[in-house]
Amino acid sequence: MTLWLQFFQFLLSGLTTGSTYALIAIGFSLIHNATGIVNFAQGEFVMLGGMFMVTFLSLLRLPMPLAFFLTVLSVAAIGLLLERGPIRRARSKEILILVMITVGASIFIKGLSMLLWGKNPMTLPPFSGEAPIVFLGAAVMPQSIWTFAITVFVVAGLNYFFKGTVTGKAMRAVAASRRSALLTGIPVDRMILLSFTLSGALGAVAGMILTPITTTSYDVGVMLGLKGFSAAILGGYGSMPGAVVGGLLLGILESLSAGLISSEYKDALAFLVLLTVLFFKPSGILGRGRLRRV
Amino acid sequence: MGKKNKISLLIYALIIFTIPAILQNNYHLMVLNVAALNIVVVIGLNLLMGYAGQISLGHAAFYGLGAYLSAIFTTTYSFPPWTTLVMAMVITGLVAYAIGIPTLKLEGHYLVMATLGFNVIIYIVMIQLDEVTGGPSGFAGIPRLRIAAFAFDSDLKIFYLLWTVSIGVLILSLNLIHSRVGRAMAALSHNEIAARCSGIDTETYKVKIFVISAVLASLAGSLYAHYITFISPGTFSFFYSIQVVTMVLVGGMGSLWGSAFGAILLTLLPEVLHAVKEYNVLIYGLILMIVLIFFPQGLFPGIMGIFAKRKIDGQSGSREPLAWEKGT
Amino acid sequence: METREITLRFGGLEALNGVSFSIAPHQIVGIIGPNGAGKTTLLNAITGVYAPDSGEIFFRGIPISALKPFQITALGINRTFQQVQLFSNMTVLENVMVGMHPRTKSGFLGGVLHLPGERKEERKIRQKAETLLDFFGLLPKANWMASYLSVGDQKRLELGRALASEPSLLFLDEPVAGLNIRETEEMGKLITRLKENGQTIVLVEHNMHLVMGISDWVIVLSNGSKIGEGRPEAMQKDSRVVEAYLGA
Repeated sequence: MTLWLQFFQFLLSGLTTGSTYALIAIGFSLIHNATGIVNFAQGEFVMLGGMFMVTFLSLLRLPMPLAFFLTVLSVAAIGLLLERGPIRRARSKEILILVMITVGASIFIKGLSMLLWGKNPMTLPPFSGEAPIVFLGAAVMPQSIWTFAITVFVVAGLNYFFKGTVTGKAMRAVAASRRSALLTGIPVDRMILLSFTLSGALGAVAGMILTPITTTSYDVGVMLGLKGFSAAILGGYGSMPGAVVGGLLLGILESLSAGLISSEYKDALAFLVLLTVLFFKPSGILGRGRLRRV
Repeated sequence: MGKKNKISLLIYALIIFTIPAILQNNYHLMVLNVAALNIVVVIGLNLLMGYAGQISLGHAAFYGLGAYLSAIFTTTYSFPPWTTLVMAMVITGLVAYAIGIPTLKLEGHYLVMATLGFNVIIYIVMIQLDEVTGGPSGFAGIPRLRIAAFAFDSDLKIFYLLWTVSIGVLILSLNLIHSRVGRAMAALSHNEIAARCSGIDTETYKVKIFVISAVLASLAGSLYAHYITFISPGTFSFFYSIQVVTMVLVGGMGSLWGSAFGAILLTLLPEVLHAVKEYNVLIYGLILMIVLIFFPQGLFPGIMGIFAKRKIDGQSGSREPLAWEKGT
Repeated sequence: METREITLRFGGLEALNGVSFSIAPHQIVGIIGPNGAGKTTLLNAITGVYAPDSGEIFFRGIPISALKPFQITALGINRTFQQVQLFSNMTVLENVMVGMHPRTKSGFLGGVLHLPGERKEERKIRQKAETLLDFFGLLPKANWMASYLSVGDQKRLELGRALASEPSLLFLDEPVAGLNIRETEEMGKLITRLKENGQTIVLVEHNMHLVMGISDWVIVLSNGSKIGEGRPEAMQKDSRVVEAYLGA
């Protein structure tokens, strides 16, 4: 294969994984915007998405659309439980403590998954078969197209939700200023709950579209969550377009470096990127600079 | 540091040093030895969390740096162990400085993320750079520590060395907290703006505390390497970073005695839970959540609070500030 | 101290617009103005909490607008806050001891090893802090948690902490807000006593009675600009000042 073709191939696979990173990154941004905390359980939502889908589809043999729907519902419910339970009940509202609570939750979920599903990796069949489609000379897996398409659909849906519906605008208001939102009668608590639930749903979708490509097991959550977080920081923490840009960019960078440089250190790249962004432009690609306080 | 602390130290040291006479089992001694090292890491981390108000989720990397630097240089290149130990501390300190300077300037959880990223990177390097580090199967043949002709080659001998170091670190840290610098750090963690306006260079202090916490972890790591004589990447994963943070939180941020308590408790706990090995992960997560939700100030201060009634006008002598409470 | 043309913007909002004035030593200067005039913003700009977008501030001839708060404090400027910013989980005594930070020097090494020089300095710090507390009548409560004090006591403690750094110039941001009449009078007497001891004090206040009563000089701000300065009696009668408070 020519270099150009190789490059193109890597680009495509990078866009695929990048789409899932984008979805995970959006999940992080949602919760951060509503509450100011980093939800470390986000990665576990993704893992659960894959796990539940495997359970509903392969083990219980439910039809695909039903399995899809149930999976999203289940993980969204877990997001809801996380907020209603540990987060809401916490005696201290300090951000540091709440963040560590999500860390505890993520470990708990991981441990529970290990018991329920065992340690072996599980996989899903690709949505529409394995035969690669040839596009501009490169082989594209149909699953990749599904991934990209679903991501675009979800992002568009979210965009409409935030710009076009009352609830969506209310969530944006909470993100902008919690106090003002409270004063104008927006049920902030419910918005926070919604952000967790939505993040759960997003994680589920990301997990479902990723599993046919990379398999899933009880411990994939940590790495995925961290990479998704890196993507969010890369694109500009807290901004949805930033999450998308960051996710796609991270996926592409990872794929290119794995293919062209070394695949052993592939996982390290995401964190190298994270550190670089934190050191040089912490507000990320799309983020605005912060107010200069001495 | 006050009479109460000095008496507590004496009792603590007495109990610790008589344990080997009672406990003959080498395995038990080993667990306690690891606990001693964990105390060192946890105290350093507590200084960072309780006094600089920052969280590091990458201390396993500093622990690992100390271990691998000592291991590699003393085994492959036959450097003298004690010198290498100090050298590792210096190198780790410099690395921490490089990470801390850009990230601690920012408001928000950036240090958490940077240390997390750093932990993962170091872990991957430990695994991939296998010609140097031995890869996933680990690095063996690390020489024991010795002073002149005396080698620390048994669990018992090492017990006294490690616990002396551990208690020493506790003493020095207690000194630090009760000094001008310690007050400045406590002020910094309670109210950063007021601290700045009171003349405290908060940025520099935050970096210094971070470096100190990393250096302590490196010290513990080097000692670990020379003790077990075999190290592998698994010991220095992200999970260890979580474990030491849990130990700080269980002990109470800002309470050094609490750190010792938390470290010992949570080092012993997995051994107790050995029968239910599979539940290890689950229970850790559960403990972390429960402690944080119901005892955000820490288990140790919670328990101590039941015994010692805090009178409005009567806290003579020293008292360790509970630095986490910033008000909701 | 002197400020020249201080301008500070928050996003599109111009909080301070070309504010200039000087402060001579050993007097009490009051800064007044309606809400939103920019008084606290000015204070924050001078003490380094905000960096002005343009203009310069001179303290004894040294430009300080680019300095960080802790450096400004070390030079001799300190302040109290509108809403008391104590270290609520430290004792009363410890709060004042922290205030002495810029005038003391034991570092990590001395602290960790408890060196003789550090011990001597600690004793000195403790003595000075106790003396200060005594001046404010807070000595009996030295070991109380700072958060247990009454509001009036907390304000005095914060003042004590600021004085511990031996400032030449002290800014007080609404020192009597939230105090009753008797406490206000006592605070006024306290401030005057400090001036008589040689302190230079700048008072940002809403309480006209207090400001006009104890100030030697008054500066008036409105909407981010200085609209007048002079002796208290003159400012009370100045038409622009009256309009700023009553108008619109």
